Amino acid sequence: MFTRRALLVLVCFALVLSLSGSILAAKKVVITYGNFSAGKDNEPTLNAMKAAFEKAHPDIEVKLQSTGYGEYFRVIQTQVAGGTAPDCYELNYENFVTFAAKNVLTDLGPLFQSAGMDFDAYDENALRAFNYKGKQFGVPVSYSVVLLFYNKDLFDKAKVPYPTNDWTWKDVIEAGKKIRALGDDIFGIIQGVHFWEFYKVIEQNNGSLFNADHTKFTVNSPENVEALQYMVDKVIKYNIEPTQAQKSNQGDWDLFSAGRAGMLITGNWAFTYMKENAKFPWDVVVEPGNKRKACHFFSNGLVINKASKNKDAALKWIKWLSSSRESCTLRVNAAWETPPISDPEIIKLYTSQTPPDNRKAVFESLKYLVTPPVVEQFNEMAQIIDVQLQKARDGEKTPKQALDDAQKELEQKIKL
Amino acid sequence: MYAGRGGRRALTIAVFLLPTIVGFVLFSLTPILRSLYLSFTSWDILQPAEWVGTENYRQLLTSDEFWRVMGNTAEYIVLYIPLMLVSSLAVASLLNRRFRGVLVYKVLFFLPVLTSWVAGSLIWRWILNYKYGIVNALLGFVGIKGPAWLDDRLWAMPGIVLASVWKDVGFFGLIFLGAIKGINTDYYEAAAIDGATPWQRFRHITLPLVSPTTFFVLVTSIINSFQVFAQVMIMTDAGPAGATQVIIERIYRYAFQFYKMGYASALSWILFAMIFIVTYVQWQFQKRWVTYDA
Repeated sequence: MFTRRALLVLVCFALVLSLSGSILAAKKVVITYGNFSAGKDNEPTLNAMKAAFEKAHPDIEVKLQSTGYGEYFRVIQTQVAGGTAPDCYELNYENFVTFAAKNVLTDLGPLFQSAGMDFDAYDENALRAFNYKGKQFGVPVSYSVVLLFYNKDLFDKAKVPYPTNDWTWKDVIEAGKKIRALGDDIFGIIQGVHFWEFYKVIEQNNGSLFNADHTKFTVNSPENVEALQYMVDKVIKYNIEPTQAQKSNQGDWDLFSAGRAGMLITGNWAFTYMKENAKFPWDVVVEPGNKRKACHFFSNGLVINKASKNKDAALKWIKWLSSSRESCTLRVNAAWETPPISDPEIIKLYTSQTPPDNRKAVFESLKYLVTPPVVEQFNEMAQIIDVQLQKARDGEKTPKQALDDAQKELEQKIKL
Repeated sequence: MYAGRGGRRALTIAVFLLPTIVGFVLFSLTPILRSLYLSFTSWDILQPAEWVGTENYRQLLTSDEFWRVMGNTAEYIVLYIPLMLVSSLAVASLLNRRFRGVLVYKVLFFLPVLTSWVAGSLIWRWILNYKYGIVNALLGFVGIKGPAWLDDRLWAMPGIVLASVWKDVGFFGLIFLGAIKGINTDYYEAAAIDGATPWQRFRHITLPLVSPTTFFVLVTSIINSFQVFAQVMIMTDAGPAGATQVIIERIYRYAFQFYKMGYASALSWILFAMIFIVTYVQWQFQKRWVTYDA
C-alpha cells in the first residue's frame, strides 16, 4: 500500500519537475560556444559581443568556452569524439577541412533557408573557404592577410625609396642590402624559412606543392627549388635576414618593433601590437612577388556541431557574431582581424583607422590570395616539409637536396 | 559465519585496497590494454577504429624516422647518464662534509627538482642563448667562442642534457647522500690509519658500498631517459630540423597532432619493450658489480 502511494507521489513529483523544466527551458536556451581566436587581448571584445547579443535575444544565453590556440583543436576533437562538444564553435580553415571531411558538422544551407536567412552579407572569398564539397558547413567570422611591414626611418637612413605594391623579390634584396649596411645589428628583412611562408613563396614563383588535380606532390619542382633558393639566400648568401644564431631567441615582431629590421612579412593581426610597440613611423604594402603576386589568406569560421540539440539558437548566434553590423563594429574597433562581410560602411570604418596609413593594402591583397594547401594529413605534411626547410635554412642541405628529400618522404607517408 | 577472523581480515584489506585498485584498473590497466588493441588499428579519434593487423609495427620499424629518433634518444642517454652519475656522486660527497651553510647548499641543489620543467626550460633557453646567454659568456672569458646551442643541430642535444642534469642532480645526489651516510665510518678510519689517500678511500670504500644505490639510480634514470619529453618540447620543439626528436615527442605528435592513435600506440609498445629489455639486461649484469654486503 505504502509503496504504491509513494510511487504515485514520486511520479507526480517527476511530472511537475519535467514540466517546470521545460517551461524554464522554453524561457531560455543555453548554448555553448567554443573559441580560440579571442585570446587574452580580445577577451573583453568577445564578452561585449556576447552581452550585446544576449540583450537583443533575451531567450538565448551564450556560454563561452575559450581555449588557447595551442590546445584548442585537440580539445574540440576530443570533445566531439566524447559527445560533449559545444553547440557551435570556431575553426580555422585548415582544421575546418579535417572536421568537414569527418562528417561531424551541420550543413548550414538548409538551416539558413528554413530560418529565412541567406549568405549574401559575407565576402565571397571568405565564404567560399567554408564550403566543403558544395555544402556550406561554416560561415566565416574573420579573416586576415599577410603584408610587407616596413620601417620608414630605416628606409630614410639607407636612402631607399619606400616599397610599393609593384615590388618584386629583387627589390626586396636590393633594399635589404642597403639597410643591412646600416649596422651590424640591423637587418633588411625578417620573413622566416618555414612551411607557412614556403607554400606562399612558391606560388609567387608559379610553383605549387601538388600537381593540378591534387593527385601527386610536386614539392621539388624547379620553380619551388628556385623559390627556396631565394628564401635561403636572404639568410645565408646576403645575410639581409638574421640566421637563427643572430636572432638569438628574439621574436620577429620584437626585432622589428625594436627598430632592428627594415622589413617584416607578417599578418595584419600585428597591427595592434605594432601600434603599441613600434616607436617609429611604419606602414604596409601588398607583399612583393616574383613571377606573380601571391598573398596569404587565413580565415576563421563558425560551425554548428552535428549532435547539437540547440541548432536554431546556435544559428542565430553565429550569424549575428559573424555578420551583424554591431558585432563587426566591435571587431573593427578592437582591431581584431578583419570582419568577413562586404558591408561598405564596415570596410570604410576599417580603412579609416591608423596606423598603418595604407590599410587598404589588406583589401588589395585579396586579389592575390592563396589559401593553406589543405590535405587530410595537414599537420604531418607541414612537419615533414618544415624539417627539410630548416636543413636548407641552416645550410646543411642545398634547397634542391632538401626538397628532393621532402618529396620522397611525402610520397611515402601522405595520402592525397 | 564460518570464515571467521581470516575472512574478515581479507575483507578489511580488500576495502582498504579498493580505492587504489579501482583507480588502477580504471585509469591505468584499462588504457594500457586498450592501447595494445589500438596499436593494431588505424584510429583518428573521430571515426571508428579499423583493424590493420601488424601494419603499424611494420611501417614503424621500416621507416627512417624511427631509427633516427632512436639515435637521438640514444645520444641523449649516452651523454646524460655518465654526466648525471658523476655529478650527483660529486654533489653527494661534497654535501657529506661538515661545513657552514651545508643546509643552504642542500636546498640549492634540490631546488631544481621542485621547479616545473616549463619554467626550467624557459630559463635554460636563455642560459644557452647564443648572444646573451651565461654559458657562452663564461666560455668567452676563457677565450672559447660558444656554439649556438639549441639553434645548432650538433649542440642542441648536449644543451638539453645540461638542463636535464641540472634538474636531476639534486634528486639523485640526495639518494647518494643517503647511501654514503649509511656507510660505517670505521672503514674510513681503518683505511686512513693504513695510509689510504682520500681518493683511494672513495674509490675502494665509498664506491663499492654505494653500488646498490648506483644500480637503483642507473635503472630508474635510464627508464626516465627513454621518456625524455617536456624539456625537448619547450627548449627546442624537437628542432632544429628534427635534431632533437625523441620517442615520447613522436608519440605525442602522432597521437595528438597527426591524429594517428594506432601508430602512436604501436610506438608506445615498442618503447615499453625496449625499456623492459634494457632493464632486464641491467638486472642480469648487476651481479658483476653490485655489492650488497655493506
